[in-house]
Amino acid sequence: MADQVLTIPDSLSVSPPQIADETFLERLHGWVVTVDHKKLGILYVLYSVFFLFVAGAEALCIRIQLLRAHNHFLSAAVFNRFFTMHGTTMVFLVGMPILFGFANYLIPLMIGARDMAFPRLNAFSFWLTAFGGLLLYFSFIGGFGLYGVGSAPDVGWFAYAPLTARAFSPGHSTDYWALALIVSGFGTLGTAINIIATVLSMRCRGMTLWRMPLFAWLMFVVSGLTLITITPLTAAQIMLLIDRYLGGHFFDTQAGGSAVVWMHFFWIFGHPEVYVLVMPAFAIANEIIPVFSRKAIFGYPAMVAASAAIAFVSLGVWAHHMFTVGMTSVSNAFFTLSTMLVGVPTGIKIFNWVATMWGGRIRFATPMLFCIGFLFQFLLAGLTGIMLSVSPLDWQLHNSYFVIAHFHYVLVGAIVFNIFAAIYYWYPKATGRMLSERLGKWHFWLFLIGFHITFDTMHFLGFMGMPRSIYTFEPDRGWDRLNMIVSIGGFIQGVAVLIFAVNLVWSYYRGQPAGDDPWDAWTLEWATASPPPEYNFATEPVVRSRRPLWDLKHPEDPDWRYEQ
Amino acid sequence: MLSAAVALAAAGAQRAVALTSNTNTSIFSPESTPSRSIYELSLFVLAVTGGIFVVVGGLIVYAAVRFRERPDDDGSEPPQIFGSNQIELSWTIIPVLIVVVLFLATARMIFAIQDAPKPAAALEMSAIGHQFWWEFRYPALHITTANELHIPVSTDADPRPTFMKLTSADVIHSFWVPRLAGKVDLVPNRINELWMDPHTPGLYVGQCAQFCGVEHAKMLLRVYVDTPEQFAAWVKQEQQPGAQSPASAAGRREFESQACMNCHAIAGTAAHGQFGPDLTHFASRKTLASGAADNTTENLERWIEDPDSIKPGSLMPSMHLTPDQVREITAYLNTLQ
Repeated sequence: MADQVLTIPDSLSVSPPQIADETFLERLHGWVVTVDHKKLGILYVLYSVFFLFVAGAEALCIRIQLLRAHNHFLSAAVFNRFFTMHGTTMVFLVGMPILFGFANYLIPLMIGARDMAFPRLNAFSFWLTAFGGLLLYFSFIGGFGLYGVGSAPDVGWFAYAPLTARAFSPGHSTDYWALALIVSGFGTLGTAINIIATVLSMRCRGMTLWRMPLFAWLMFVVSGLTLITITPLTAAQIMLLIDRYLGGHFFDTQAGGSAVVWMHFFWIFGHPEVYVLVMPAFAIANEIIPVFSRKAIFGYPAMVAASAAIAFVSLGVWAHHMFTVGMTSVSNAFFTLSTMLVGVPTGIKIFNWVATMWGGRIRFATPMLFCIGFLFQFLLAGLTGIMLSVSPLDWQLHNSYFVIAHFHYVLVGAIVFNIFAAIYYWYPKATGRMLSERLGKWHFWLFLIGFHITFDTMHFLGFMGMPRSIYTFEPDRGWDRLNMIVSIGGFIQGVAVLIFAVNLVWSYYRGQPAGDDPWDAWTLEWATASPPPEYNFATEPVVRSRRPLWDLKHPEDPDWRYEQ
Repeated sequence: MLSAAVALAAAGAQRAVALTSNTNTSIFSPESTPSRSIYELSLFVLAVTGGIFVVVGGLIVYAAVRFRERPDDDGSEPPQIFGSNQIELSWTIIPVLIVVVLFLATARMIFAIQDAPKPAAALEMSAIGHQFWWEFRYPALHITTANELHIPVSTDADPRPTFMKLTSADVIHSFWVPRLAGKVDLVPNRINELWMDPHTPGLYVGQCAQFCGVEHAKMLLRVYVDTPEQFAAWVKQEQQPGAQSPASAAGRREFESQACMNCHAIAGTAAHGQFGPDLTHFASRKTLASGAADNTTENLERWIEDPDSIKPGSLMPSMHLTPDQVREITAYLNTLQ
C-alpha cells in the first residue's frame, strides 16, 4: 500500500524561503493582494488584535465611569455608545476574525495541503470582514451624517427592537451597525464555506476524517454552525433596514410589528454564536493540552461527537435569552431543559481534557498555563450557565451583572485565554521566533489575577441587583465598593495585555529562533519550516495516524498500531 | 458548599447595607412568595453546581499538580492512553442524571410561579413603561400614578397579592424589584403578567432592567408596601382630584397656558396630557424624574428649568421659562398633595 511509506521527511527538505530585496511598497502590495492562507491568517490575527486593543480601551473607559456612584467621566450617551461598540467589536471584529484567522493559518498546514480550497474567496472574505470593521468604526464620524456631529451605535450589541426604529434611533448610527454586520457577515460566510470545502477535499493522502487533528474537526463543525447562524442575523439586519427605510413593519411595534420577533431572529443567531466562538477555543485546547501533557488526546471520537452534539443542541436553546419576555411556562421549561442538556457534551469535553492530563508529564510553558486557566474558568462559566438556565433564577439574574460575569467568563476566561495560548503556541511557527517566556509568564499571571478580580466580583453585583447597561448607579444601593474592585481588576488586565503587546513586537525582532518544531509536537504544521514556505510542503505528506510526527519520532511505537 | 458560602457572603454584605437603609436590592433577601421560592431554588442550584465545581475543579488542580513535569524526570514520554468507552459512558450518564434532577426541580418552580391562580382578593393593576419612567394604573380603583408604586401587604391571615399586567408605550423595559419578584419585561404590543405578595410593609427599590435608551440608568422604581390602613388611605387620597388652592392660581395658569399640559395630566383641571407622568398627586411623591432626584422645591425648580441638568436625555424639554414662571409652577405642583 502506498501509505505504508511515510513521506513526511521529504516534505521537510524545502529550499529556504526566498528573501528578495523588496521595497516597503512592494511588500505592502504583496500583503494586500495575497491569496496565501498563511498571510491572510496573519492579517486576520493582526486585525483582531488591533480591535482587541480598541474594544479593551472602550471597556476601560466604561470601568472608569463606574468606579463610583454618580461619576461623570463619560456622559450617558457616550457610555451607551461605548458599551454597544465594546460588545459588537469584541464579538464581530475580535472573536470571529481571530478564530477564523487561526483556522486559515493552521488548517491547510495541519491537513497537509498547500492552501485553502478557494484562495481568492479567502482573500475576498478577509477584505469584506476588514471593510465591515472599518464601516462600524466610521460611524464615530458619520453616524449623524457627514454634516452633523458623528455618533456610534448606542442600542446595545443585541439592538433590541423597537429601540432601533427610526423613531427611537434617529440618524445613521443604527444603519452603520446593521450594514457593518451584514458586510462582515458575508465575509464570515465565505470563510466558513472555504473551511468546509478545505477540510472535505484538501486533506493529504492517508488523512481520513478520523485521522484529522481535532482542531480541524472543530473548525469544520464551527463552520457548519456558522452557515446556519449567520443567515438569520443577516436576514434580521435586512428586515431592520427595510423597516427603517422602506416602510416595513417587521419590528415596528407602533404599526403592529413585533419586538419579540427580533429577539428570536437575533438569538437564533446569538446563542449558537457563543458556540461558534467557544468551539475554536476548544479546538486550541485540543492541540495544546496533549502536547504539553505529552499524551495523546483522551477519547478522540468522544471529542468529535461531543462537538457535533454541542453544535446540534446549541441550535435549540436560543430562547433562554428570553425567559423574561413573557413566554408560556411550557416554553420556559423546554428551553430550560435544552440549555441544561448542553452541559452534558461540554462536561464530556472537560473530563476528556483532564483525562488527557492525567498520567502525563505536564510542562508549564505559557501556552499550557493559559490552557489550564481556560479549563478552570470554563468549568465555572458552565456552572453559572446552568444556574442561568434555571429560568426562575434567570428571572432574577437576567440582564444583571451576574450575566455579564457569566458571559465574560466564557468570552474572556475561556476564549481569550485560549487565544493567548494559541498565539504563544503558534507564534514560533508563523514568525520563526519564540515569544519571551519571561514576559509570557508576567502576562499570564497578571491577566489571571486581573480577570478574577474583575469578573468574580461581578457575580456578586448581580446577586445584589445591579442591572447591566447602566451608565451610573445610585449611591444608596451598596454597589460602590464592588464596582471599584471590578474596575481595578480591569486595569490589571489592561497592563497584562500591554505586556503581551510588547512581547509580540520585541520577540519578532529579538526572540529566540524557534526551529521547525520547538514544542516537540505531533501535528503536520510542525513538519515544515518556521515560517513555512509559501507552498507549505515540498511534497505531499502521507500520514497513517492522528499524530504523524509521533509516528516519525517513535518508529518503535507508532500510533497507527492502536488507532482504529 | 462553596457556593452556599458565596451566597451567604453576598447575603451578608447585603444585610450590612440593609441595616442602614431600605434600599437593599439583593435577591438573597426575599420578602414575597415568588422571590422567596426563587431564593430557595437558588440555594439548591448553588449546592449542586458548587458540588460539581469542587469535584471537577479539584480534579483539574490535582491533575496539574500530581502530573507536572519534575526536574528528575528521565525525559521519556509517559504511557500513551487513547481513551476508554466505559469511562466516557460514565461521565455522560452521571451529568444526564444531574440534569434530570435539576430540570424537575426547576420545572416545578416555573409552573408554581408562572401559573399561580389569581385569588379573588388580588389587587389588579397595570404598569406601562415609558422612556424613562413608569406609569401605574389601577383600573378598578380609577387611579393613575407614576414611578412610585403603592401596593398592600399580603399576610397569611389576609392574603392580598398584587397581580400586575405589564406593557410598554415605546420600547422594551423590564420591571425588576429583586426582593419582591423576578423581572418581567414590558414589551410594546404585548401584555405580560407578574404577581407578588409582599409580607412586610416598607419601601422596596428596583429599576428598569432592559436597556431602553439614553437614560435607562435613571429609570428607577420605588414600591411602597402599605399596611391595609395605609393603603386604604392612599387610595382615598389618590381618588381625589388635584387639590386646587387659590394661593397657587398663578402657577396653575402658567401650567395650563404653557406646554406643560400637553404632556401631563392633573385630574380636575384642563390638563389631560398622556405623554408624561400624571401629576395629580405629584407632591405626595418622594422623588421626581423617576427617582433621579428627591422631590424638593429646589430640585423641582431645577428640573422644570432644565431637565437635562438632572437627567440628560430625558424627553421633557426645557421650556425656557422665566424664573418667575418656574417658581410659580413649582409652587403650584407643591400643592398637589
